[in-house]
Amino acid sequence: MKRNVPLMIAMLGGLIMMIQYFIPHQASQDVFDYYTEWAPLVGSFALILGVGSITRVHVHKIRAKAPNWPFSLAVLIPLYLIPLFAFFLPASIGGGTENPSLFDFMYSRVQIPIQATMFSMLAFYIASAAFRAFRAKSALATVLLVTAVIVMLAQVPIGDLLGRWLPDTGLWILRFPNLAAKRAIELGVGFGMLATCLKIIFGVERGWLGGAGE
Amino acid sequence: MYETIGLSVAAIFTLAVFSFLYKENPLYRFAEHIVVGASLGYSIVVTYQRVLYPRLVEPVSHGQELILLIPAIMGLLYVTRFFPRIAWMSRYPMAFLLGTGMGVAFPYDMQTLVLRQIQSTMIPLYTPGAPWFDTLGAFVIVFGTLSAIIYFFFSKPHKGPFFGFGSKVGIWIIMIGFGATFGFTVMGRISLLIGRVQFLLGDWLGLLN
Repeated sequence: MKRNVPLMIAMLGGLIMMIQYFIPHQASQDVFDYYTEWAPLVGSFALILGVGSITRVHVHKIRAKAPNWPFSLAVLIPLYLIPLFAFFLPASIGGGTENPSLFDFMYSRVQIPIQATMFSMLAFYIASAAFRAFRAKSALATVLLVTAVIVMLAQVPIGDLLGRWLPDTGLWILRFPNLAAKRAIELGVGFGMLATCLKIIFGVERGWLGGAGE
Repeated sequence: MYETIGLSVAAIFTLAVFSFLYKENPLYRFAEHIVVGASLGYSIVVTYQRVLYPRLVEPVSHGQELILLIPAIMGLLYVTRFFPRIAWMSRYPMAFLLGTGMGVAFPYDMQTLVLRQIQSTMIPLYTPGAPWFDTLGAFVIVFGTLSAIIYFFFSKPHKGPFFGFGSKVGIWIIMIGFGATFGFTVMGRISLLIGRVQFLLGDWLGLLN
């Protein structure tokens, strides 16, 4: 009941969905339609688990006055305030989800700028990492360095000024050797995915059962 | 008013995140924590509005499609994870999602990640009338992909004319691929950085035309 039934559900569900792909019949399509209707529904409830877990962690920090506990309030306040305003308060005081509202404000004026800045900051870290990793110590490291420089220069106007060959070479690298490397990696990922699918469906991989009781 | 405050708040948070470039500080940590809470709060609203309400609450409240209560009950079993004695019940929705997800993914992955990739690699090496660099490219695609696969094949020692030479060519191709990916990623990040600087100097301070 605790281990075998979930394993059987996974196996049956997996086999049914795998087989239905190869059966061009309305009944098979209906099974797929049910799946596309049910899966997002079941999955969306996992959000309760996420919200509950994060709340538990931060409430515990606040109660225990752990180091940096005030930052936990910075997590919990928007976490509960945004749905509260969006679902229960009228638009006249910033409720709802239209523009202007607290929901829209927190998304477009807080979340988007912070996330975009965090990603843009990676430009600095990636450059400093490159400085350490890309020193032309060996032939292979030199190839990596030269390719990266050509591809970077090929995408900016100065590359065009240096010569038409630079953007052309950059494009050729992206179209051919880069594609060959990506394709080999993708094939490896593909075979890995297929193996993982089969391992989960046939109960060889059981890590997802977790430790929630034996 | 809403726009002005919004611009200033966005600018302050942008500067707060950039302050990490100097060193970790409370302002950055505040922004970091805010974005975690705000993202999750946003997800709650969007999940309810886009999934739960149209697919469950609305049809069931009108007495239609009561069968949808089955996935709803199954989804609610996730909550049992919080109660150690019945936490094992949370495996049921996980089993459903994982099993069916893997079953759906298997043929699609086979098609997109394996068969289509192999098919696209089996191209003619020479096309009459094609420029020399395209012909060279075709050679690189066919033999480069094969060599890179040989490099990743660890069941045989990388020795001899096939596996030894193949894996050597393979690592060169992979390095070129990594270099190109790196260059591409850097340029993507730089354009994001330019976007943020333009926002600060143009939209916020009005220094750019």
